[in-house]
Order: sequence, then structure tokens, then C-alpha cells
Amino acid sequence: MKNNTLGRAFLFLVIAGAIGYGLGLGIDFAIRGGLKFTASVPSAFALLFGFTAFFFGLYGYRGITRGLVFQVVGTIIGAALVTGIRALLKREIISPFLFTEPAWVFGALVGVVSFFFGVGVMTDWVKWARGIDTPDHHEDEPGWQKYFGVSLDHKVIGIQYTVTALFLLAVGGTFALIFRTELAASGLDFLTLDLDVFNQNGPQLYNTLMSLHGMIMIVSILLGISGIMNYVVPLLVGAHDMAFPRMNAFAFWVAVPASVLLLLALLLGGFDTGWTGYPPLSSRAPLGVQMFFLGVFTAGWSSILGALNVIATVVRMRAKGMTAMRMPILVWASVATSIIALTATQLIGLSFQLVMFQRLFGMGFFDPSKGGNPVLFQHLFWFYSHPAVYVFVLPGLGVISELLPVFVRKPLFGYRWVAMSSLGIALVGFVVWAHHMFTSGMNEYLRVPFMYSTMLVAVPTGVKFFSWVATMWGGKIETPTPMLFVLGSIVVFLLGGVTGPPNAMVALDLHLHDTYWVVGHFHDTIFGGFVFPFFAAIYYWFPKATGRKMNEFWGKVHFWLMTPSFFALTLGMMFIGLRGMRRRIVDYDPTLGFDGAHLFLTVCAFLIAISILIFFINFFRSIKHGEPATGNAWNSRSPEWQVPSPMPAHNYEVPFEVVGEPYDYGLPGSKFVEFAAKKAGTH
Amino acid sequence: MRHFIVVGILTILASVLLYMGLSAAHLMPVAASAQAVPIDWMWNLILIVMSFFFSLIVVPMGYSLVVFRRRRGETGDGAHFEGNTTLELLWTAIPLLIVVSFSVIGARNLAQTLARNPQAPVIKVTGLQWSWRFEYPADSATGLVVVSDQLHIPVGEQVLLRMTSSDVIHSFWVPEFRVKQDLVPGRFTELTITPTEEGSYKVRCAELCGTKHYSMENPVIIQSQADYDAWFAGELEKAKLASSSPEGFGQLLVQQNGCAACHSITGGTLVGPTWLGLSGSPVELSDGTTVNADDAYLTESISNPQAKIVKGFESVQMVQYTFTPDELSAIVAYIKTIK
Repeated sequence: MKNNTLGRAFLFLVIAGAIGYGLGLGIDFAIRGGLKFTASVPSAFALLFGFTAFFFGLYGYRGITRGLVFQVVGTIIGAALVTGIRALLKREIISPFLFTEPAWVFGALVGVVSFFFGVGVMTDWVKWARGIDTPDHHEDEPGWQKYFGVSLDHKVIGIQYTVTALFLLAVGGTFALIFRTELAASGLDFLTLDLDVFNQNGPQLYNTLMSLHGMIMIVSILLGISGIMNYVVPLLVGAHDMAFPRMNAFAFWVAVPASVLLLLALLLGGFDTGWTGYPPLSSRAPLGVQMFFLGVFTAGWSSILGALNVIATVVRMRAKGMTAMRMPILVWASVATSIIALTATQLIGLSFQLVMFQRLFGMGFFDPSKGGNPVLFQHLFWFYSHPAVYVFVLPGLGVISELLPVFVRKPLFGYRWVAMSSLGIALVGFVVWAHHMFTSGMNEYLRVPFMYSTMLVAVPTGVKFFSWVATMWGGKIETPTPMLFVLGSIVVFLLGGVTGPPNAMVALDLHLHDTYWVVGHFHDTIFGGFVFPFFAAIYYWFPKATGRKMNEFWGKVHFWLMTPSFFALTLGMMFIGLRGMRRRIVDYDPTLGFDGAHLFLTVCAFLIAISILIFFINFFRSIKHGEPATGNAWNSRSPEWQVPSPMPAHNYEVPFEVVGEPYDYGLPGSKFVEFAAKKAGTH
Repeated sequence: MRHFIVVGILTILASVLLYMGLSAAHLMPVAASAQAVPIDWMWNLILIVMSFFFSLIVVPMGYSLVVFRRRRGETGDGAHFEGNTTLELLWTAIPLLIVVSFSVIGARNLAQTLARNPQAPVIKVTGLQWSWRFEYPADSATGLVVVSDQLHIPVGEQVLLRMTSSDVIHSFWVPEFRVKQDLVPGRFTELTITPTEEGSYKVRCAELCGTKHYSMENPVIIQSQADYDAWFAGELEKAKLASSSPEGFGQLLVQQNGCAACHSITGGTLVGPTWLGLSGSPVELSDGTTVNADDAYLTESISNPQAKIVKGFESVQMVQYTFTPDELSAIVAYIKTIK
């Protein structure tokens, strides 16, 4: 990527952003009859225009740019259509957000569908429908441009997923820094009651940022695990691509308009419900909650279709000789996670959709005054959202099990047990959802069986920990950056693990529920189960994708800055949580004496942010300037490292056959895979 | 074998030290209710298990990292062993046994926490955005009902809180009492508490309930029976007095329903407009028109808050209260006195 291209993109961003802002300001002036520089409409226009122009400057009018243009135009057409119908029916047609809520919802829906056509992910399917054949493979253009348009190559899609995940990680992290700064001292410091930004006062803005931090991070995680699975699973099983390449591309591109909707939720009045969106609060929240619901609903498709693809690929496309018990362990983890994502994601979509309908059409699903039941929502919601945390962590635990033997130079201890424990966690994960509801007012007797099932999760999780320790025992341990992150994952996840059972014990949970204790606990599980392994995976497979290594020194700086800060952060959270700090509050009672602790937590959060900034710089710099690593960078037995890096476009030129166990390090003469002899003159 | 012995000793040592450190740190707040006793007992038990399992993983890991690290110039792989079924069975079966016994203990522990005296007096609790409302059992002599935004309980007396919400979900939590229970609109939930320590605490809403969720904290006063009786008598007196003048009754209603959480009487802007000098003054609405804040406007704004929205408060939705016409006119009468 030439620097002047990037410069042009940013220039376009600024100019179009300013034009959009000016236009929005004009519209807003027409609506409210006064100038307000922080109003919703100008900000939303600035975001959409600037975002689109950025990609135009970078890449021209094709791919993602065309998709975003279609989304914006589609949204406006859809909203205008509903507004027209409302005008005929003599209903309200204008709101402080320009369009009324039904108009925005329908417009956003049309916008998402338009995006698919604009970006070009439907092209082949449309052709098929018209009876036109398309080639099996599309050759991608060389260089960085292919990442901004539709590609069917699982490696390109994997990288698209990963980079989008990193972008959202940065956005969600920035939100956290904003509200963490507010929390540094008691009292409303800058998110005050007389603030008026995006039609929200300070505490409302806090609630929106806190809620979006949750959901944007969740989407980031879902895209991150899809990134790992998309890039690595076909390579590990010896497939030339995923089973359904077009659906694979579709699943990725779904996430882009979904992310746009999530960001719009912040600008269009926000919402104050947390990522859980419990009614009746969510049925009364501002317009932003509809954009949030629709964004999550859309992103859910990415998860469902991606999971289907992973399962189909693993079931149908494994290399010769790769029996179930010879699959690399990450493949097992990916299958386990995909089973959950495929079958449970519908429930969060459904529960949010029911609240959308309650708001739009007055259907009282969760409205007690119409015979609805607010607690029912929580059951539907958690039926996905608890298993979802296993969706987040299982691939990460798979990465730990996959990388540990490489750096310990020993076989994975108890391969079968580790593989089965992933499935065990996935299955038990389906019957524990109500442990989020011990104080909800559901039937008291239900709490005991859910305590039993929740405690059971500890058993397969324990098997993993013991197996990892046994794997390390007696090895020859090396600690380059990926291994540091693997070790960090284990300890952080362990901390998340041992702080779990207290929440499962019902009586104790009556104290712990909805406090900072829980916030600390789940950040430990998610950092240990996803964030650390995600970084480990990036450092580890970076040479495979680029032919270069990321800088070791800065990788270690990243690790040694992030890990202690993170420990201090979550331990501090748990400490004040036990002593009475509630979740999701913009301000706390100064008599509790938490000011010092919160200041400390804020400093820790900023240290983590700095370490991640270092990672980003290292990541983008190493693409061009990293130390070349075209061979077996980590001396691994895994098939993808037996061919040169970067990986060729259609993966393995000659197929491999599995001839041994995947992790037989230390067994002289053993091999995991053997490549067929290359015939002269063909490839 | 030597390695195993060393690691075993280190693990036990680390577990003991970790547990001692954690229990010396007094992580829980003061225990001020009978319900806190079984919960803190359970916490202590869990601390032991947490300390042990954390050490059981971290100590051998740390030991391996030091002892089995690749030394400078060393090549080759580690020892080749793929697993051990006996070990795997053991570390499946033993944790299984532990979690099942913990669940059994946990169920009993829960029963102890929930143990209730069927004769306990009932206090009706209503959560509303963003305050609490406590309705005490009717006075046997006068039949008057004391309603307050403070929760007063005599020390040592078990009470049953019968709770509901008038808008969104809230959650009743006094950290010193440990137990927590959501308040759900359209149904009643119950919570038993037996305060054991005199003092002044706060009930803090633990379920996100909107803009001012953070400040939904009301006083909880645990006092001796004599002090409680004196407070109750005073409140009863206030209720009697209030029922004699509309302004007084209005003021009482305002206090009981937590209106001051959003409307100041001193001129400052909280979540909603101030009441200072409101009556009779011109009010600019969000649609650009101006109305005079007469009795009809005030009455409508209380009973149907979304009908006319004051400019600058478009993003706030006031709670829908259901007041009787008498109560409405009393509140309006009180607002008129704030000048």
C-alpha cells in the first residue's frame, strides 16, 4: 500500500465527513430550528459519508466502497418509503433523528440487503439464478487490494475477518477508555447531566458506551474466532478452501453492515440497556436500541453461516488418513464451537427481534400490562448468550492446545481427553443458562438444578488445565512471543476459571450477581479464552500469511506490559465488586471509598491500551519490514508449515496424507503428514 | 520423582499461603444480617478450594517453566509421552466428586439463606426510576399506612420484603446484607432479611435501570426497637398531619414517590425540569410552542408525562405514575408552594 494512497483516503475521509456533517447540520436545523453541533443527524451523516469516502480514496468505487454507498442509499430509500406511507396515513413523519423509528428500522434493513448487492457478494448467486455459469475459483488481484473486495479464498477471508476484528477491538477498547476515565474519580466529571451529545446526556452516553463496549467486543470476538478458523482450519485439514466459498464470503460481508449499524446506535440516541437489552428497559430505550438489535441480528448470520461452513469443511474435506482422532486439536475445538454457534445464535436474534416487534407493532411479548413476561426474555436471551461465551473461548483453548506442544516440544498430553473436553464443554454449556438469572425472580426451585449443571462445566475445563500442565512437564520449553501469550492465556483463564464456581453457588451469587466481581471474572475468562490466544495465534501464523515474522522485541514488550496490567485490572475489579461496587454505573457513592481503586483501574486500562497500540504498530510494520520467515518458522509438525510461506493461493500444490499422530514431538522418525511425490510438469 | 515431591510441597505451601492471605484481607464488607452468615461461610469454603486449584495449576506450570526450560545451546525435543489414562480418569473423577458435593452443600446453604419465619412482618417495596418506596404494615390503631423512601427495620427482627416495580426491572441489594433480589414489573418477588447490626446502610439498585441507575440508592436504617418505634410514631404523625392539608399531602406523596430524584426544588437541572417557580410561568415545549404552567398543564404533565415535552428534555421519559385525582391535585398544590 503506497503512502500517498492512504493519505488520499484520509483526505477524502475528512472532506466527505465535513460535507456530511454540514448537510446533517442543515437537516437538523430544519428539524429543530436551532443549531446544535453535537446532534445526532450531523454526526451520523459525517460517519457514513466519511467512512465511505475513506474506502473510495483507498480502493475506488468497487467492493466495500460500493457496498457502503448501496447501504447508505438503500437506508435512505427504505426510510423514505416508510415515511411516505406514514405521510399518507397522516402519522408523524419527522423525529429529532430525521426519520421516525419504523422508517429507520425498515431503512436499515433495506440498507443491509443493499450492501450485499453493492459489495458484490451476491453476484455469483444471481448469475446462477439466471442460468449463467461462473468459474469455481476467482483469481484474486495481487497485493493488498484483494482484501477490500469480495474474495472467495478462505485465507483472504480469514485475514478480512481478523483485521475487522482488530478494528472493532480498537473501537470497543476506545469506548472503554472513555468511560473508564469518567470512573477514575467519583462524581460526574465530564459525562455530566447537562451534557448533550448525540441526543444523550452524560449518564445516558455512559450507558450507551458501556453497552456498545460489550456488544462491539462480542462481535469483534466472533469475527476474531472466525478469522482464526477460516484461515487455519482448511490448512490444518488439507482442504483447498472452505466447503462453501461463496457462503464463506457472504458470512464475512454480513459483518460489515452490521458493524455500521452498531456504530449508528451510538449516534442515533444511543441506548441504556447494556448488551443484554432486557425489556422493559429496552422497550422504552431511545432509537439507538433498534439499530443495536438490528446490528446484532445481522451479525448473527455471520456466526451461523460461518459455523455451518466449518462443520461441512471438517466433515467432508479432510486429507486422506485424517481420522477423527488424528485431527489437529484446534479442528476439534472449531467443530465444538461451531456446533454451538450454529444452533444457539438464533435465540439471541429471536429474542431481540421480539423486542423490536414489541416496539414497532405493540406486540406485548414481554410487557406485563399486555400479559407478557419480562423474565421470558431472559431465558431466551441467555439460552444463546451463555453458550456464546463457550463459542468465544473454545477456539482460544484450541489454540492453546495446538501451540503448546510446538513450544514445549512434547506431545499434547491426553489428546483424546482434550478433544472430548471441548465437546463436553459445548454440550454442558447448553444447560446452564439460568445461572445468569438466580436473582431474576424465576421459580426458586429451578436455581438448584442450574447450580449442579453449572458446576459440571468445571470438570471438562479442569481436564484441559491438567492436560496442559502435564504437557509442559518434562518438556524443553521455549518462550518466543506466541508461547508467552499461550502461557498468559492459561494463567488468565485459570483465574477466570477459579472465580467461576463462587457465582455458581446460588447463595453466594445472591451477593456477587451484577457486581464488579462478575465484571472482573468474565474479563478474565474472555481475555484468557480469547484475547490472549488470539494474539498468540496472530504472532504464530503471521509468518504463514505474510512470509515475515512480527518483531519479537515489541511482541515481548506488548506481552509484559499487557499481562500485569490486566491482572491488576481484573483483580482490582473483583476486589471492589465484593465490597459493594455495582456493575454498569457511571458514578459511585464516594463514601464507599473506591476512588483510589478506580483511579488505579483506569491507569491499568490505559497501560493495556498502550500495549495494544504497540501491537498494532508492530502488526502493520511487520507486513513490510518484518524479518523474512518463509520456512517452518516454529519448527512445527503441522502441515501448513511444511510448505513455503506465504501460503500459495490454492493451498497445497500436492495433497498430503496423514501418516502419524499430530503431536509426536520427541518421537524420532515420526511424521504427521507426508506429501505425495510431485509429478514433473504438473502442479 | 524428586520433581514431584518438590512440586507437591510447593503446591501445598502456595495454597496455604494464598488462602491465608485472602482470608486475612477481609474481602467481604461487614456482615449485618443473619443471611450473611451462611453466605460468608460458603465464601470461606470456596476460598480454600480456589486457593488450592489455582496453586495446583500455577505452581507446576511455573516449576516446569524454570526446570524444563530450553537451556542455551540445547537442541532436541522433550520426553515423548502421550498421556496416561489413569491420571485422566483421576482428574475427571475427583473434580466431579468435588463439584457434586459442592452442589449438595450449596443447596443446603441456599436453604439456610432463604429460611423464613412465616409470621415475619411484610414491607411492600416498589422500585421506580430512580428511587425506592417502602410501604410499612398498617398501624393497628389508626389504620394509617406509613410510606417512606427509607427502609427502617428494628435490629434482630426478620422482615419479608414483598417487592415489585412500577416501570423496569430493578434489583434490591444491600451489600452488608449480601442477598439480592430483582423487582419485576407485573409480579411480586420476595426477599427475607434479618438485620443483625445497627447502623445506616444503603439499598443500591443492582440491575441497570436507565439514566440514573447509578444514583438509585436509598437509606436503610437498622435501629433498636425503641428508636424504630419513635421513628414510626413520627412518620405516623406526619401522615396524619399531611392528610389534613393538600399541600402537606402533596409533599408527602412527592417524598414517598422519589420525585426529587429527577426534579429539584432549588432551581438546578437534574434529569427533569426544576419545580422552582414553575407554577404559572411560561414553559417552552419541544415543538417550539410555549404554554403557561397552570394547574391543568401540571396535572397533565404528571399523569401523562409524554403529552407535552419541555424543550431540552426530549431524550428523557418520565415514569408513568397512577395517582388518584385527589393525589394529583395535592401534588399540584405542593408544587405551587415552591417559589
